[in-house]
Amino acid sequence: MAIIIVDNKSYTVDERQNLLAACLGHGLNLPYFCWHPAMGSVGACRQCAVKQFKDDRDQSGRLVMSCMTPATNGTRISIDDPEAKAFRASVIEWLMVNHPHDCPVCDEGGECHLQDMTVMTGHVYRRSRFPKRTHRNQTLGPFIRHEMNRCIQCYRCVRFYRDYAGGRDLNVFGAHDALYFGREQDGTLENEFSGNLVEICPTGVFTDKTFFKHYTRKWDLQAAQSICPHCSLGCNTTAGERSGTLRRMTNRFNSQVNGYFLCDRGRFGYEYVNSEQRIKHPLVRSGSDRTQPGMPEGVPKTLELAADRLRQARGIVGIGSPRASLEANVALRALVGPEQFYQGVDEQECQLLSTILNILRTGPVPSASIHDAEQADAVLVLGPDLLNEAPRLALALLQSIRQQPMERVDDLKIPQWDEAAVRNAVQNRRGPLFMAGYRQTWLHEYATDSYFAAPDDLARLGFAVAGSIGQDAPTVPDLSSEVKDLAQHIAEALTHAKRPLIIAGTGSGSQATIEAAANVAWALHQQGKQPRLSFVLPEANSAGLGLLGGGSLHDAFDAISQGKADTVIVLENDLYRRAEQAKVDAFFDRAHTVIVIDSLEHRTAAYADILLPAATGPESDGTYVNQEGRAQRFYQVFAQNGDVKESWRWLSDLAHATAQDVESGSGVATWRKFDDAVSATATAAPELARMGEVAPSASFRLIGQKFPRQSERCSGRTSLLSHLTMHEPPPPVDEDSPLAFTMEGYRGPLPSPLISQFWAPGWNSIQALNTYQEEVGGPLRDEMPGVRLIEPVATKAPAWFTSIPGAFQPASRQWLLLPLSAVFGSDELSNRSPAIVERIVQPFLSLHPSDGARLSLENQSTIDLALHGTTYRLAIHFESSTPVGTVGLLLVPEVSGVRVPTWIDLCEAIKTERKRRAA
Amino acid sequence: MERPLTQHLHQDGTARFLREYVETGGYRSLQRITTGMAPKDVQRLVSESGLRGRGGGGFPTGTKWSFVPMGPDASKPKYIVANGDEMEPGTFKDRILMEGDPHGLVEGMIMAGYALDAEVGYIFLRGEYHLSAQRLTRAIAEAYDAGYLGQPLPGTTFQFNLHLHSSAGRYICGEETALINALEGKRAVPRAKPPFPQTVGLWGQPTIVQNVETLYNLPHIMNHGAEWYHRLSRTQDGGTKMYGISGRVTNPGWWELPLGTTARELLERHAGGMADGARFRGLLPGGISTAFMIEEHLDLPLDFSSFPSDVGRLGTGTMIILDDQTCPVGFVLNLEKFFARESCGWCTPCREGLPWVAKLLMAFEEGRATNDDLSLLEMHTKWLAPGHTFCGLAPGAMAPLQSALKYFREDFERHITIGGCPWSKKSAQQRVLA
Repeated sequence: MAIIIVDNKSYTVDERQNLLAACLGHGLNLPYFCWHPAMGSVGACRQCAVKQFKDDRDQSGRLVMSCMTPATNGTRISIDDPEAKAFRASVIEWLMVNHPHDCPVCDEGGECHLQDMTVMTGHVYRRSRFPKRTHRNQTLGPFIRHEMNRCIQCYRCVRFYRDYAGGRDLNVFGAHDALYFGREQDGTLENEFSGNLVEICPTGVFTDKTFFKHYTRKWDLQAAQSICPHCSLGCNTTAGERSGTLRRMTNRFNSQVNGYFLCDRGRFGYEYVNSEQRIKHPLVRSGSDRTQPGMPEGVPKTLELAADRLRQARGIVGIGSPRASLEANVALRALVGPEQFYQGVDEQECQLLSTILNILRTGPVPSASIHDAEQADAVLVLGPDLLNEAPRLALALLQSIRQQPMERVDDLKIPQWDEAAVRNAVQNRRGPLFMAGYRQTWLHEYATDSYFAAPDDLARLGFAVAGSIGQDAPTVPDLSSEVKDLAQHIAEALTHAKRPLIIAGTGSGSQATIEAAANVAWALHQQGKQPRLSFVLPEANSAGLGLLGGGSLHDAFDAISQGKADTVIVLENDLYRRAEQAKVDAFFDRAHTVIVIDSLEHRTAAYADILLPAATGPESDGTYVNQEGRAQRFYQVFAQNGDVKESWRWLSDLAHATAQDVESGSGVATWRKFDDAVSATATAAPELARMGEVAPSASFRLIGQKFPRQSERCSGRTSLLSHLTMHEPPPPVDEDSPLAFTMEGYRGPLPSPLISQFWAPGWNSIQALNTYQEEVGGPLRDEMPGVRLIEPVATKAPAWFTSIPGAFQPASRQWLLLPLSAVFGSDELSNRSPAIVERIVQPFLSLHPSDGARLSLENQSTIDLALHGTTYRLAIHFESSTPVGTVGLLLVPEVSGVRVPTWIDLCEAIKTERKRRAA
Repeated sequence: MERPLTQHLHQDGTARFLREYVETGGYRSLQRITTGMAPKDVQRLVSESGLRGRGGGGFPTGTKWSFVPMGPDASKPKYIVANGDEMEPGTFKDRILMEGDPHGLVEGMIMAGYALDAEVGYIFLRGEYHLSAQRLTRAIAEAYDAGYLGQPLPGTTFQFNLHLHSSAGRYICGEETALINALEGKRAVPRAKPPFPQTVGLWGQPTIVQNVETLYNLPHIMNHGAEWYHRLSRTQDGGTKMYGISGRVTNPGWWELPLGTTARELLERHAGGMADGARFRGLLPGGISTAFMIEEHLDLPLDFSSFPSDVGRLGTGTMIILDDQTCPVGFVLNLEKFFARESCGWCTPCREGLPWVAKLLMAFEEGRATNDDLSLLEMHTKWLAPGHTFCGLAPGAMAPLQSALKYFREDFERHITIGGCPWSKKSAQQRVLA
């Protein structure tokens, strides 16, 4: 630690910081633009100037940029010095020479960092009388709006997009005062993290196009913490609503998870909540003819009818869901009884999930958070296509490859925050990142080495790596010398690292790659290293569901087909995405009653005899467990309209209506508040015991007050409904959380899950986050980053996995059909969001060119593929990264019913080839 | 009077290539290496010679070199870069040398490379210097053929490779770190210092960027020693200097003269005084990013250590004369338009401040200026100071403006009071019409 003197007051700061971060960390208001806590200092904007004095006798001092000056012990500076203040005001004056005065019609207005900094410096009067320069704006796709005239040339956008996120299609063009930040030509921004530009840009150059379509000011948003439901990483988001419409999703800082950044699926996938395909009212089908649609019914009557059916049932099957909250799954399990509760995912997924959980439970190696992944100094990816399956983790790996080169930076005595110098010193040096998989993406450009092979061969590589690290780890026979050398190379890189990370996942359906990854991690642990493991899972609450346990979907099918039950309750699950159509059809046909609780119309919901409208994530409280095993709470952002209710509440109501709880002894019928659900969840499985610690309970108060979801400035509340009623209706009462649907309540420091939006006096933009952190860039004050439910207890690794698969052998007429994930297209919920839909590409089949030649196919041609009784129209993509003997199928909505991996006879399955080339 | 750099140059402007260069003592300095002179001895000799950087900064070369990590632990490769991006308006000294004696640069770079144990050299050449490029290309090829480049020098393990890179343009490439970025294929934007290029330079490696004229001096220092080099000069800085004059003088041109020659000598003895009908008002001593000197400064020795701080600095030593037929405001406007255009756009004060200054000066010329505009100009001269901006471009741009406001203030004020430029026929007509 160091002592610095600011305006004659002493402050204790971390000497590894720069002066700007040190001052902000102490709550001192110092304006800035180009600096960013996650992206360091480059000294471009000159906004953060302070006066620095040599010693206490130096009265004149000199202006320095605080972001470029280290906080060394004894540094004396003044922020209030008249010259420094005048210079900072001048910087704003220069920026304002060309900045349009369009705040009232600008989407950034009210949460604009430039507005805040302008007010902070006191610049008020325009002295430049010359015309402003103007630019042509670009169309950048469905996510981002572009208004170049507002640009203040801080270079943050290109630094994030290119340097931090690996994008290539955004750049800075031109020179002097005619700089242009955009693409070479109009077109969709390609990078998967483009949405962060909205928050990175200190003013309104890049704004959220989806928000624009139902725009409201930040101060009019009712907001609360959400957890992204679109992949297994559990990034924290802030969801904002007004007048019953979810308006936008922004990043919510969590030091252990997503930090400052989100992926575009997470940011722009929210509009399913506003979808026209939402189920708004209970539907009840009177007869048994399932071709007839259900008819709307009132809630009491529906519950009565449902209770009748449940009472008459000869056995009930409850099908849970990895996208429903833990509490909803627990409610269903309590309603139907643990024996009749099924996980709602196929057998293979159940198996993989249970393997992964057992590796984390019984092994000595902890799972990695995204933050851990950023800090990893050597990484082996064994299987998953991170950019498409877990994008935020891919972004973390782009940072991890900077870890080893940082040693050179330290040797050169360059502070790590000095990004300008760091980049010059690091140049193209990259730390070890090995990527083994069966599909090439742009992330591979950053890999030390890449290996493309069928899953069995990926597993063999992993086992070989483990074999050459661990003392008695099983080795792999009959490896080619190339793979042997690669395995040796990887083993050396991992053993030389301080914080190696192994990543595997369920995406390819391969048990062996998961076991191989565990062997590698355990072998490293055996060598005294401190490795971490990360497993990419299919969905937001896959881990939570796995912890809860239960049979697979196919066990549920068996229960019905064997006559053990005749009634089905499906919780937030479209079974047609999880099993072959014929099997699901048969399952429903044999079920006497099908009750579905869900939020969006889909084929399973169409089968429901009783359909109950469920609240979506931002309309309910709940807990997800991410792939790391971290339980995180999401909050109801707004009260549902009409009959929509949280799934756990429907299930509790159903139990109450049937009075069945007496029988099962579950007590779910007695749940009234969300905390009841949390308490029940905490006893549902041993590892869930700490559920109550995830977030403050509903009874939590400060100074006896609840915590408002709305801002102090929420406008016009008393007149919003005056055209309907003269009386201001009371806001809904929230019994489920400490939050309130009002402007009133406690304002002040809060446990992090209860913060509605980051906001502080003088800091209206997302940059207000600095004021919530003890140390800039570090954890939030009173951060509750979720609870890690699985920590290693073993100090020694269990027995090695020894089922090493044989080398993959291409077959003569059969091909292994492998799933290819699509960041836009493979997630059920975000696929209902219009902006995401625009980004979904046509389904394609990728083949190795030699397989294409064998099948006499032409690249870019279109084929009809018959599979499981359905014909799909697919484009043909020749990819040299696709392993010979396999084909990849892009999992977009058109092919959501296809079960992969599977073997298919392509000679048979390809019905026609249309030789017209795609445009 | 000795003129080591230019004595053999052809009067007709044709180049001296290998045979002729060697006949007149070229590449003789390399014999000092092959006869056992160690790199540290070369460094010491250069330090003792008092050689200072000829690009305008005047930084002692020996001191600059002393920051380069030496010895077996030093990061390799190391680079020597010749800054041949001579884009300073009014400056043409490096061009004379490179066009006339391209091998002198090759020899100087080999010597610098040897002294710093740097094995690779780049010549970063102004894009418009086509003739220099042609002649350097030939000289480099000859040097490779003759074994000066690309193979170990006799009796040593040291070998040097040299590449020529023609710039895509922009004034800022003359700033050594922007030059390095440009050479790496990046935007020509200066880099933050520290770290300095001596430790983290081209591709992150130790690098010395040296002005062309400076490098031409090295072989002569090697051949004749530090004492001889000091004797060439009239002041404590060693050697001769390429001086030049442009403007309304009788005989504009360039001269290699002892460092410390006065402006009056240059102007009156060498340039033949002011041209007929023109009266001296001031001069910019070295490129346009230096402050004006006026009559009272003409007897100052033109070197790197004699300038009082309120006069400014020598710069490149190739001066531009302001005469009484030329409007000083228009003169400065022309400079500021150049600076505003050549700003790289990285930092706010330079990117936004310089165009504002240029527009204000345009308002003076067009008769639309007010007294407030004078204070705005003054504000910029105060704020666009070293340390406030990212690099030296904007402070350099303020040097002529600030001194013009000091020495020619009444001319600025006259633009306001008469509502136009007193030198402009057009605005004179406008005044009559008004």
